[in-house]
Amino acid sequence: MKFLRRTAAAFLVLIFIATLFAGILAPAPYAKQFRESPNALPSRIHLLGTDELGRDLFSRLLYGSRVSLLLAPAASMLATIIAALVGGLAGYVGGWLERVALAGVDLSMSLPWLFLLLTVRAILPLNLPAAASLLITFALLGLFGWAASARVICAGARSLRNSDFVLQAKACGCSSQRVLLQQVLPNLRPVLYAQFLISIPIFILAEANLGILGLGVSEPLPSWGGLLRGLENWSAIQANPGRLAPLLLLFVVVSCFQLVIPEKGFAS
Amino acid sequence: MRGHRLALLAAGALLAALPAKPQSGGELRFVLRSEPKTFDPMLVDDEASETIRYLTGGVLIRVNRKSQTLESELAVSWKVSEGGKKISFRVREGLSFSDGTLFTAEDVAFTMQKLMDPDLHSPTGDSFRSSQGPVRAIASDARDVTIEFPAPVAGLERLFDQVAIVSARSPKKELAVLGPFAVAEYKSGSYVLLKRNPYYWKKDAQGRSLPHVDSIRLEIQQNRDLELLRFKRGEIQLINSLDASYFENLAKEMPAAARDLGPSLDSEQVWFNQVASAPIPDYKKKWFRSTSFRRAISEAINRDDLCRVVFSGHARPAAGPVSPANLLWFNKWVQPHPYDPQAALRRLQQDGFHLDGHALHDAEGHPVEFSVVTNAGNKYREQMAAMIQQDLEQIGVRLNIVTLDFPSLIERISRTFDYELCLLGLVNVDLDPSAQMSVWLSSSSNHQWNPGQKSPATSWEAEVDRLMQAQASTNDQKQRKRYFDQVQKIVWEQQPFIYLVNKNVLVAISPALANTSPVVLRPQTFWNIESLYFFKEAHGASR
Repeated sequence: MKFLRRTAAAFLVLIFIATLFAGILAPAPYAKQFRESPNALPSRIHLLGTDELGRDLFSRLLYGSRVSLLLAPAASMLATIIAALVGGLAGYVGGWLERVALAGVDLSMSLPWLFLLLTVRAILPLNLPAAASLLITFALLGLFGWAASARVICAGARSLRNSDFVLQAKACGCSSQRVLLQQVLPNLRPVLYAQFLISIPIFILAEANLGILGLGVSEPLPSWGGLLRGLENWSAIQANPGRLAPLLLLFVVVSCFQLVIPEKGFAS
Repeated sequence: MRGHRLALLAAGALLAALPAKPQSGGELRFVLRSEPKTFDPMLVDDEASETIRYLTGGVLIRVNRKSQTLESELAVSWKVSEGGKKISFRVREGLSFSDGTLFTAEDVAFTMQKLMDPDLHSPTGDSFRSSQGPVRAIASDARDVTIEFPAPVAGLERLFDQVAIVSARSPKKELAVLGPFAVAEYKSGSYVLLKRNPYYWKKDAQGRSLPHVDSIRLEIQQNRDLELLRFKRGEIQLINSLDASYFENLAKEMPAAARDLGPSLDSEQVWFNQVASAPIPDYKKKWFRSTSFRRAISEAINRDDLCRVVFSGHARPAAGPVSPANLLWFNKWVQPHPYDPQAALRRLQQDGFHLDGHALHDAEGHPVEFSVVTNAGNKYREQMAAMIQQDLEQIGVRLNIVTLDFPSLIERISRTFDYELCLLGLVNVDLDPSAQMSVWLSSSSNHQWNPGQKSPATSWEAEVDRLMQAQASTNDQKQRKRYFDQVQKIVWEQQPFIYLVNKNVLVAISPALANTSPVVLRPQTFWNIESLYFFKEAHGASR
């Protein structure tokens, strides 16, 4: 298991490095349309072939991976911070605050977020550059995606609140702030870590879903969501199996994220 | 002996070369892409119901989908008088509805009275409504009927192509029909079964009763992948419209079944928001109202590439509001603006724009940047937008692409007017220019670039108003054509809509079907449904 985890981590690092150096590794700009060769098969010039508009698929995959792999962890971080604040505080304080916070979490989980995301996306200013639209898309994912994590963190904080060492710290006269920062938070770290890692693939898939609906990252910027739309055309996949590369990469990356999460994190 | 054999072989070859005799019987199958909303021909407002109306309804006059001219059906003759206010029909005698009820002129009068009843809210009836006032339909005897409208109706006869006559006396009401088929069975979400109308009046050249096929099974199926798969398996025999990618796929596997019929009536276009109260900066409004700016953008778009790359060559560059597929109304003088980025740049420079590095700026120094909105999920429009983005980049214009869900898009283009450029398509069903009145009249809410004007904002819009009203108020076809040609020319010059492409009509027809003659007008593959039949071998299989 350790070997698998290390391999997965190494693969993730490799992918991250490749995406960071996309500018050097990509054989062509991601937006350049080679209009004379749309739907080209893999060749020495186009390693994975081209898409319907003649854009180099390998370059788009590299840049798309950069978008998804850098911003999904950022969105996950945002969601985990919000979840830690809401869930951690509710679980630690307890009482009416916990009830109100958990009611808010339940309400948040019951809302149809996909439609809400569509609505928020629709009311944004139109003249946003593609990069800004990208940041907003992931920020929205982060802002809306904290509820499930908050519930888990709340449960963890609640069990810590009633633990012997917290009771002992309180009995020794430690202030609430000190107990929270020095006793509760360090013990919540595995849960926070697990929630952070679990949320990354969730946000990658959420962006992919938005992309399939045509509402993710704006053209011409690639993302995994946008690239996965290429799978709609079965005949194009038959002609060029290289089009499956984004799906394969998504599968491998999501699996790697699951593997690198320590068992301790789940156990917590 | 050898000579006899040769003679026999020659005779055999001759027989094989002769056209096959129509084989009666068999069940034709194809797909409805949505549930039909109604079987009442007067309330038809969706494509599935329209298909059923076409296959079951008997009409007085039919637009021949191939020649695009009018042909008599239930009417033997007709006469339009009083400048398009009145129309008189003489109907065929001895015909019966599918339940055996006799057809008379009284049924025509009954149909028109019912159709024009304001309480019915019939979409078909609305196309006859040129002004307020009652419509009078009087049957003077069993064969003659006169219909009088409160005001002239442009292209009056053509509108009767949509009017399926219903019986005034039949207990089966609208289910008693005069068309080649009648609804026999309907299973919601699954299929509609049509069976041959035993009382149908038409006969073929050999005097045999039409239609040739016994029944039509219309499978309700939204998934186009499944539709194509079922066609390839031989489970359905027709596909009325295919996307370019599906067409290419089919053409590789079944080249004889895939047919590209050339440009359709439909167009894809972009337009700039010219609404005075729109929440966009004034300097941008100034660009969008400039004819030179719009012309330059049009010249900077490579339409040939759009057709070749996005539609795999199954589209034609569009020039104006009328497709070349519309044989009667297309103005041949109007041709697509040639792709010429240098000419576009010169035109912009004459209008005060200048290049600063790679970015175009207006006379006040604002960089030329705007957004295009289109509906999310439409692969072809998103690809066109991406190509236009790269084309405009060559003249220093920065285009941002925004895809929105359809309700949000409609909200922006018709209520808040919070958009700059919009990319959408226009579906043309009717050949007559009067059907486009709501688009071209400046007072109309469908005058997309600047709807609902109290008085025309520009002199050319005032001229278009005048010409459209003039063509609608005369029945002289040549005069109407002259007026509408002029409208097409003004639109070409002013570019309120920058027309991009006319998509080709792509259909699939099973080689098992005989006598097929697909056309660009709807319904493309089965417009001559009575004449279609199965080849003998296929017939056995379909039974």
